Amino acid sequence: MRKNNRIKIAIYSFFILLLLIPVTIYAADVKEYFLSNGLKVIIIEEHKAPIATFQIWYKVGAVDEPMGKSGLSHLLEHMMFKGTKNYGPSELSRIIQKNGGTDNAHTTKDYTTYFEILPSDRINIAIKLEADRMKNLLLDPKEVASERNVVMEERRLRYEDDPQNSLFEDVVAAAFKVHPYQKPVIGWMSDIQSIDLNDLSNHYKTYYSPNNAVIIIVGDIKPDEILKQIKSEFENIPHTEIPGRIKSIEPEQKGERRIILKREAEVPAVMLAYHVPNFPHEDSYALDILSVILSGGKSSRLYQSMIYEKKIAIDASADYIGFSRFPHLFYFFAVAVPDKTPDEIEKALYEEIEKIKKEGPSENELQKAKNQIEASFIMEQDSIYMQAMKYGLFEILGDWKLIDKYLEGIRKVSSEDITRVVKNYFIEENRTTGILIPAKKVNSKK
Amino acid sequence: MKFKKLINYSKKNSIFILLIFFAFYLLLLADAFAINVNRTVLPNGLTVLHSENHNLPIVMVTMIIKSGQTREPDDKAGLANLTAGLLNEGTKTRTSKDISETIDFIGASLNASAGNDYITVALSVLKKDLNKGFEIFWDIVLNPIFPQHEIERKKQLIKGSLKQREEDPSFLAEKAFIKEVFGEHPYSRLIEGSEETIDKISRDDILKFHSDNFLPNNSILSIAGDITQDELIVLLEKYISEWKKVELPERKPLKFEPYKNKKIVRIDKDITQANIILGNYGISRDNPDYYAVTVMNYILGGGGFASRLMNSIRDEKGLAYDVHSYFAAYKEAGYFQSELQTKNETANVAIDEIIRQIIKIRTEKVTEKELSEAKSYLTGSFPRRLDTTRKIADFLAAIEFFNLGLDYDKKYTDYINSVTEDDILRVANKYLDPENYILVIIANQSKISIPQ
Repeated sequence: MRKNNRIKIAIYSFFILLLLIPVTIYAADVKEYFLSNGLKVIIIEEHKAPIATFQIWYKVGAVDEPMGKSGLSHLLEHMMFKGTKNYGPSELSRIIQKNGGTDNAHTTKDYTTYFEILPSDRINIAIKLEADRMKNLLLDPKEVASERNVVMEERRLRYEDDPQNSLFEDVVAAAFKVHPYQKPVIGWMSDIQSIDLNDLSNHYKTYYSPNNAVIIIVGDIKPDEILKQIKSEFENIPHTEIPGRIKSIEPEQKGERRIILKREAEVPAVMLAYHVPNFPHEDSYALDILSVILSGGKSSRLYQSMIYEKKIAIDASADYIGFSRFPHLFYFFAVAVPDKTPDEIEKALYEEIEKIKKEGPSENELQKAKNQIEASFIMEQDSIYMQAMKYGLFEILGDWKLIDKYLEGIRKVSSEDITRVVKNYFIEENRTTGILIPAKKVNSKK
Repeated sequence: MKFKKLINYSKKNSIFILLIFFAFYLLLLADAFAINVNRTVLPNGLTVLHSENHNLPIVMVTMIIKSGQTREPDDKAGLANLTAGLLNEGTKTRTSKDISETIDFIGASLNASAGNDYITVALSVLKKDLNKGFEIFWDIVLNPIFPQHEIERKKQLIKGSLKQREEDPSFLAEKAFIKEVFGEHPYSRLIEGSEETIDKISRDDILKFHSDNFLPNNSILSIAGDITQDELIVLLEKYISEWKKVELPERKPLKFEPYKNKKIVRIDKDITQANIILGNYGISRDNPDYYAVTVMNYILGGGGFASRLMNSIRDEKGLAYDVHSYFAAYKEAGYFQSELQTKNETANVAIDEIIRQIIKIRTEKVTEKELSEAKSYLTGSFPRRLDTTRKIADFLAAIEFFNLGLDYDKKYTDYINSVTEDDILRVANKYLDPENYILVIIANQSKISIPQ
């Protein structure tokens, strides 16, 4: 992420919150095109406000980085704002803002997204600027050095000085020993420091090409006009060969891995992470519903049991990272009430898991979770930005039309499916457990 | 917004609601886009704003109860927050669990929270479940019983989360800053109060806060989305016909002396970055300089990558990931602050640069380009403030609370466009203080040298 705004770190666990459009209920009119250079364009008309969003999704993220260069995709994302042959550093954002718009970008393990939101009669500005930086990026050594420092500050802000995020980073790194999902998107500090202009330039040349990108536009626009503009700006950018993707497969875990993190913090926290398959694996739907049953709203199991009844946690949640290119994790995260021990929290989480193995969710719980999923993707359509994000994400996973498949899958999930996946994946051998133990350091005061 | 028509609704079975809605249109940029807004004040004193829109089968409700932390006794700070937080923890006919089960089952959300000036209760619900949603919404607003065991539970939770947030250096910085800048004023406290004041709040205090403040003539109801005026009238008659007006005592803004001397607060913590806030006492929302201040601050540090602080501290010097400045303008008072995080070792360089930029904008006129770009952003981005149903409901409630008028969109553009270079120089001098500022530094203090 380039700007410290609301989207913040949520983007890394963004997948779980994202719920999907049942095209069958509220069908958006989706238009799909391919330019001759392989660039895919998706246009959705939405005329409720005089606004449009332009997003370009590049299929490159932390998983595509060479050894020792973690954080490369993210630093390159930052550099994409630092000028091209035609525009000076930060000029792009200035241009967008003086036209009443906003812009930003985010990098994940699987993809990198750039977006603008503008009054719809000025959306052509975004088209022009994005096409320009797809082909004309300037990497100035001075700017690289300065931006590297900025990213190191970003890392300090998000991880070094945040105990719970540090725990998250440690657990994920321990859960994957082979697959590059091990690495944090922002990169390890020494890796960030080692990234040079050549690394950035190679990464840019390799992955920032039209055949490795998808454009999504949602808003108050006329598709024919927009397509004409996109063609005139993008179609002359040449198609390139994209190297083969990583083939790493995380081997089956054969025993619990335990991580202890002792650092300055006020309250203990516990994280449990289990390897699980990703969408559209047949188990992914049950895992998704399970996360809602466990932590969707105040009536959910974790809230009711750990926060409300037992009063041992101030926060307890479960998340399924299922919308990813490779199999990822299902994790639990609980923060203890100040005088409770991590032990109590950990045990309580296991109890919840065992309960589902024994009884499974009730029909009412199952229906409630399905209703929550349906309602939230209807609500989500209220925002053109969120709508575009949804289509982009499914494109990364293969095709936006998978949205239909997802919804179908969700509707079919039974109570037995849930019990089955819990029994199958939520076992000790497949678990990485992280414990944050507050350790107060005393600095001498001056 | 144009004054359009006067609709006189006197439905024959209307018990007490003689709804006279004034229709307005919020015009967004292109005249083709207008948001239709109806406003009325019911006989019981409740102000109702309604914006009908059938794009999606959803309804968003935002209610403001015009009492926030300014209405709490000092030694019971956190009362407004606790009252709001307990609304959905039990009513005359529903337990906490009944409420959350019902709301979750229809995929809705229902939340109440307290702020400096008011309490907000917000409902998001699908059109098909509107009746159920309204039923619960009004039940928690009108009939909460605040069970003792729920009070204890909530207190523990709030105290636990206050403790956990001490982990967050930016929280510590903010807490220290508002304490200094607002001194004796209730705005100086956290909305949650403190462990000590939370413990002093009794069930009677909560019941009294509720009955004194949750009154129709102390509230604003804003509704946007897939609901017609007829449907709204039927629902209001069903749920609030018994909600009676009560005379409110006269409310004067609290008098207090803002702190005007230089003050440096340093808190030691084993962290890699210094979290810095530098600022001073500011303006309230009704200050006529609000718009000139908005433009000035956009140029100084409010305009993201178009701002001077970002340009110098992040882009040129690479000292911070985020740096920005901000005017918080509440009903009775406000503050100015600039905020950044930088590694302990560069804290002083960054602080010096903030001060240098404050001095610069006080002594030199901004350029014509800066001024015109700030104006075109502020006016041109206005439609984005209303681009979702949720934003519309919230926006209408807020403009009503601050008496900005339903023609605010038009006035806003005029106010912003009339700001001159001289206005900016004037308000920068009046509201930014490069000498008697409050400076908060949360850092590993042994790694930074003492600023002069």
